[in-house]
This record gives sequence, structure tokens and C-alpha cells, in this order.
Amino acid sequence: MTDATFSIVIDDQEISARPGQTILQAADDAGLYIPRLCAHKDLVPHGSCRVCTVKVNGRPQSACTQPAAAGQVIESETDEIRGVRRAIVDMLFVEGNHLCPFCEKSGDCELQAVAYRLGIAAPKYPFLFPKREVDASHPKIMIDHNRCVLCGRCVRASRDLDGKHVFDFVGRGIDKKVAVNSAAKLADTNIDISDKAVDVCPVGAILRKRVGYVVPVGERTYDHDPIGSKIEAARER
Amino acid sequence: MSSKPKVATTSLCGCFGCHMSLLDIDERILKLAELVEFNKSPINDIKVLADDVVVGLIEGGCCNEENVHVLRDFRLHCKILISVGECATSGGIPALRNPISLKECLEEAYLNGPSVHNPSGKIPNDPDLPLLLNKVYPCHEVVKIDYHLPGCPPPADTIWQALTALLGNKPMDLPYELIKYD
Repeated sequence: MTDATFSIVIDDQEISARPGQTILQAADDAGLYIPRLCAHKDLVPHGSCRVCTVKVNGRPQSACTQPAAAGQVIESETDEIRGVRRAIVDMLFVEGNHLCPFCEKSGDCELQAVAYRLGIAAPKYPFLFPKREVDASHPKIMIDHNRCVLCGRCVRASRDLDGKHVFDFVGRGIDKKVAVNSAAKLADTNIDISDKAVDVCPVGAILRKRVGYVVPVGERTYDHDPIGSKIEAARER
Repeated sequence: MSSKPKVATTSLCGCFGCHMSLLDIDERILKLAELVEFNKSPINDIKVLADDVVVGLIEGGCCNEENVHVLRDFRLHCKILISVGECATSGGIPALRNPISLKECLEEAYLNGPSVHNPSGKIPNDPDLPLLLNKVYPCHEVVKIDYHLPGCPPPADTIWQALTALLGNKPMDLPYELIKYD
């Protein structure tokens, strides 16, 4: 193994990458934003949401799990790949109950922000309106499964960063959901308000209680700047 | 007969917030009145749609058979149909009832709810009342919709810029700040 950097090409731009980096990490360092939902800088890659899909030498791969390798030619911001990402985000919207107008996370939500960035005005698939549970049993934390996109960030954060394993997946396919590590409710687990798992949720599925709507409209994370702006700003410097 | 393009609006299963946002274009409403002729709309109370409406603005989704009737009538008479606001584009707040059966909703509202006073013990069933649909449908699941303006409500500037772009035969390139879902 050598530490020597090598080159990869993303959308006709040559960027440098280090051994051990994924395509997503190399792109971030170079100031090229690739949309993502399940990927998080503090968590091991999961490769489950597929929003970061790129074409690597002609084959679709998730940029968050695919290691960068010398000579890769990668397509990201093409009409085809944007269409794929849009379809995935459309499906995430119709598969849950995402009611932005009253959601506490609105304006800070990564699902919403990625949809804005992809130019989605309305999803192209029929809404499923599933019946999902809300678990507000814990005094300080709540889970609204209506908004869950099954990214697995809470699962990984609780297991790898908090050392607790409060969350995991149960069920398969359309019945897959996040479950808590107790026979009953979130209140019966050993989750704590200071756990990393509480903060990594990209949507409004895991929320701190009693802090909703504190930031006024117009001052929230994605009110003025699209998601990915910070990564892209690094390139312009 | 006026040569100005006709614009019609309606509120289906909505709260009239989107119409309030349309009025929120302030003094530009005078400019709009110069540009267009308002046809059927709650703003002027015209009841019947003309045959040659250029733009139809739809607020709200479809929760009952009357909503479907009105929406189909708009599709028939409007060249361009726009879903305005969260309820028209996704069902919105009324669609909160969708995961629950209609029977259960009606029983909660008229029989079992904690604050219900209904000595007759009956669920309203007058033939003059439009029948509720099994669930609330976004407009594009009922008829073809040409444009969506999301937001709850969409900002006045969003509606203004979209309308003026359409009427001026320009592409509807709305800036980032004007397309929001809340």
C-alpha cells in the first residue's frame, strides 16, 4: 500500500484521490458535491439509499461505498444519473408520509434539501400513504416512523459511536422498518439525549422534544443555500 | 369580448391559504388585472368556466366527488393547469386521514370522538352533501397537471413569477428560494 495520490475523472474534471478513500470522499475533498442521504462523515458507509449513484467506467455504483481507484472515469451530473437520483428520491417521498408543512425538521431536512436540489416540484409516482407508528414514549426523544427513509444512520451511530445498539432493522422489502432494542417502546431502551444516534437522522424521524421550530423560516440550514453548497464552496476557494 | 388571456382559480380540498398568497402579490394585482381577465374564481364569484381559459390555478386536493367534478371541468376548459400548494401536489394536511379507513374517520368525527355531541347517533348522509372519497388524492392522480408550485402556501413571488413567465411565453425558471415545500 502506498500513500501516493492518484487521479480519477468525475464529469470530465480530473481530481486527486488517496488510497483508502471512497469516490464520495475524494469528490468531497475536491469540492465536487454528490447528493447522498445515508452517507454521513462520522459513520461507516452503508450504501443503502443509492442517491449517490454514479457511473464508474460505465457501471452504476454507489459513490459512498465504491473505493476510488486510479484511472476511474466517473459520470455524476449527467441527465441519466440525475434522472436515477430523482426517481429514488421520488420513491422515498411516496413510500412514507412526508408532510413538510408541519414537520419540525423542514428547512433542515436532508431529504427535502436533496429534492430541492434535484428540482422536484412533485413526485411522479402515486403516493402510498402507509400507516406507520409514532413512538413518543421517551421523555426527551421521539420517533415518527412516517418520516423514516431507512438510511440506517441511527442504527450505525448507536452501534458504532454510542456503543449501545438501540436501533436495528426488522422486516423485509416494503415492510422493512427501524425497530428499537426493547420489547416495548423507545422509553424502555438505554438511549440518552446526548447519544449521537439522536442527531444523525437526515429527516424528522428521530427528534429531540421541545426544541421544534426554534429557528425561524428564512434562517434554517437550507432556506437560502442548496445542500452541498459548503462542499462546493471549498472548490471555489 | 376581451382579448386578454383568461385565468381561472378554484379551491378544492384546501384552506384558501394559497388564494391568500395569490392576493399577497399586493399592488402587482393591478398589473395582473391588466395582463389577464379573471374567469371563474372565488375572488370574483363567476360560477361557470369559459371554454378558452389559458391558465387554471388549482388549490387543494380531491377529498370528495364534487372536487373531482370541478377538477375535471377545469382540465376540460383550461389550456394549462397548475397545482398550487402542498394539498394540490401531495394531498397535504387533509391527506393525514389517508392511512385510516373512511369508516373509521367518520365514526371518530360523528360518533366516538371525545367531544362529539350527536343525539341522533347518525353519520350525515344527506344526498345534497358530496360523497367523500375513500382517501384524499393529489390533483395529478386525478387529471393531467402541467405544472406544480409547491409550498404551504407557495410564496406570492412564486405564483407571480410563474404566472408572468407563462403569460409572457418564457420558461418557468424559478430561483432556489421560491420552490419550498413548507
